[in-house]
Amino acid sequence: MSDSHAHGASSYYVPSHSHYPFTLALGLFALALAAVFNMNGKVPGWAMLPGAAVIIYVVVGWFGDVIRENRSGTFKGWEDRAFRLGMLYFIGSEVMFFAAFFGALFYVRQLAVPDLLSFDMLYPTYEGSWPLAGKGPSDAIPAFTPMGAWGLPALNTGLLLTSGVTVTIAHWALLRDNRTWLILGLAATVLLGAAFMACQAVEYHHAYTELGLTLGSGVYGSTFFMLTGFHGLHVTIGAIILAVVLGRTLKGHFSSKDHFAFEAAAWYWHFVDVVWLGLFVFVYWL
Amino acid sequence: MSTGSIAAHGHDDHAHHGPTGLARWLFTTNHKDIGTMYLMFSMIMFLIGGSLILSVRAELFQPGIQIIQPELFNQLIGLHALVMIFAALMPAATGFANWMLPLQIGAPDMALPRLNNWGFWLLPPAGTILLMPLVLYLFGIGTGGADAGWTLYPPLSAQSGWGIDFAILALHLMGISSVMGSINVVVTILNMRAPGMTMMKLPMFAWGWLMTAFLLIATIPVLAGAITMLLTDRHFGTHFFDAAGGGDPILFQHLFWFFGHPEVYILLLPIWGFIPHILETFARKPMYGYKAQVWSLVCIAALSVIVWAHHFFTAGMPVQALIYFMYSTMSISVPLAVLFFCWIATIWRGSMTFETPMLFALGFIILFGIGGLTGLVLADVAADAQYHHSYFVVAHFHYTLFAGGIMGVMAGVYYWLPKMTGHMYSEKLGKAHFWLTVISFNLTFMPQFFVGLAGMPRRIPDYALQFTEFNVISTIGAFALGLSQLIFVYNVVTTWRGKGEKATDGVWEGSKGLEWQLSSPPPHHSWDPQPVIK
Repeated sequence: MSDSHAHGASSYYVPSHSHYPFTLALGLFALALAAVFNMNGKVPGWAMLPGAAVIIYVVVGWFGDVIRENRSGTFKGWEDRAFRLGMLYFIGSEVMFFAAFFGALFYVRQLAVPDLLSFDMLYPTYEGSWPLAGKGPSDAIPAFTPMGAWGLPALNTGLLLTSGVTVTIAHWALLRDNRTWLILGLAATVLLGAAFMACQAVEYHHAYTELGLTLGSGVYGSTFFMLTGFHGLHVTIGAIILAVVLGRTLKGHFSSKDHFAFEAAAWYWHFVDVVWLGLFVFVYWL
Repeated sequence: MSTGSIAAHGHDDHAHHGPTGLARWLFTTNHKDIGTMYLMFSMIMFLIGGSLILSVRAELFQPGIQIIQPELFNQLIGLHALVMIFAALMPAATGFANWMLPLQIGAPDMALPRLNNWGFWLLPPAGTILLMPLVLYLFGIGTGGADAGWTLYPPLSAQSGWGIDFAILALHLMGISSVMGSINVVVTILNMRAPGMTMMKLPMFAWGWLMTAFLLIATIPVLAGAITMLLTDRHFGTHFFDAAGGGDPILFQHLFWFFGHPEVYILLLPIWGFIPHILETFARKPMYGYKAQVWSLVCIAALSVIVWAHHFFTAGMPVQALIYFMYSTMSISVPLAVLFFCWIATIWRGSMTFETPMLFALGFIILFGIGGLTGLVLADVAADAQYHHSYFVVAHFHYTLFAGGIMGVMAGVYYWLPKMTGHMYSEKLGKAHFWLTVISFNLTFMPQFFVGLAGMPRRIPDYALQFTEFNVISTIGAFALGLSQLIFVYNVVTTWRGKGEKATDGVWEGSKGLEWQLSSPPPHHSWDPQPVIK
């Protein structure tokens, strides 16, 4: 909470009217309604497409507006600071979203699963120990093999940690106006992110077809797929953001002084990186 | 806040560019337009939420099932709470934030104007999705709106009809709206203050909202996680809250109240922020204990995230946990008492006049005080076993959320309405509204303490004969309370449409702060360039 102000009497940029916020709300409205009706078997899955299409249209158009404003020199240090603070608190809210799922994982591992022993209600061979696997028979917990840590997950850890290094190399190059290493670093980061997602897809396929581990495999399957799934979604979003930043770099955007979008993407990437370390330790390893 | 002299003054430019008519409101980026829309939305939803509960009170007028079947009754109570909390109180506070924060801190607008408009326009769709299944049900379509209470506890909510899905999706949209609005408030306060306005010169309203915004950013995502797990439990085969798969319904209660308890303070912190402004204005004295109030707000916000389990003491917890949550809960009364004493000290020996905002502020102090003290009883683990899930709880949280929340908002509306519209409201109608509200409010909720103590459980459409008299009084009070609010609506709407004498820039004799130095109504774009606080 610094009290310093670098801007003095300069004027803050207040954009004129824009239809994108309203259109985005309409797109989300259509998507949410279609999702509810679809979950209750009233409409087919493609009913969600129009809402999703509107959302994609707005994301492209709205960010396009901001990029054009940035290119025409609209944003000074004051606006830049607002974007930085906004991104920081947005990532903070994302951290809390994952905290809810980690909290659920710790709660069921430490409290719910052991406590159920005293109820004698699941099945005769219930031992009350994590990961509740392969101990059936039970309708809710069919026999399955839990996911090991040292195959693909360990490789994925390596991929994401390396991508954290490459994005830092790109940042380092950007600050020195070294375009070659900036582009190489960014491209490597996007590729590593894509490789991570490919491994994740192979792992899910392995879980469903060979281990019998599904979303419905008791609370182990629930926490496993929801935590890794939401993380995978964030990796995908982060990789798309980085790809856009790479595209803008190839078009000559960004300088050592003006590169908020790059830093926001890098912060976001480090955030998904750290979440993965938590996942690797608490979901796969321990 | 300490008053600063103004070096540069905003130019009185009433012209604004861009579309007119409906498009002006749909596509706006102006904080005053967006604030107005938030406040209007809040008032409409307040009336809808009130109508829902008046149907409930009509059913409770007599024992037995008279006019509403239990299935509909369950929908009405849950939707009443969801509408009042998420669609009436929270948008009212955000409306004030949009209107007043930039004026109070000398900012040309909110920091992220387009995001601001998105935050608002998520709400009408969310309200529609929330209420749609109820309306469909009244036409004989579907299984009805969310009928598991506003807390949506599984296993009831896991087995209930499609109304739960509508509520979950609506809560997701409102949650996005809240988080975006909060990010905007934080960035505005940290980044947009007039030069010279240090954090310890911030208006108290800004401090209250800053704490609310921090709490929303920290807890709404946890609610989003919890209801997402509920949704996947319902439709995608997960077992988070299903003991048969190793999950636990109590896990939902932990996650929900990690959000739900701070939510109480989210609703109240902005009001605790502007009540001191109203008190200092009408007592014509400087605010007492500025620093003590600021640190109390900070302490309350920090404590509010570590006390959640006191909402389900009776659900089953180790004794150590019970004792921890009891003492941590009670410790909140320390900073809260500091606030109360600062409010009282602010008006102590002041040259008070009793215009409508001051009446509401004083009524707020007394009635919210009753809400706070009855909360102490509920925080006591041993005593809570008797009070839990009784009408005592209902009475308690209406003393905090109606007397503390709604009456606080009304104090704010009367206080700032002349500034926002440029016209004075009818003082006569305002005073009538206040006295009718206070009397009928107590008539409604005071009896509920007694039936609760006598053992009447909440959330039931029928009750034992011995509770009849108190329920009759409560229902009569509720209808009087509901009808009294129409005076408020009439007063606000006519003032907005230009009835009433012109308001001066300062509006109130004792008003302090930057917003009172602008014209009434303020120019469409204000504080550009910014004032300099010395």
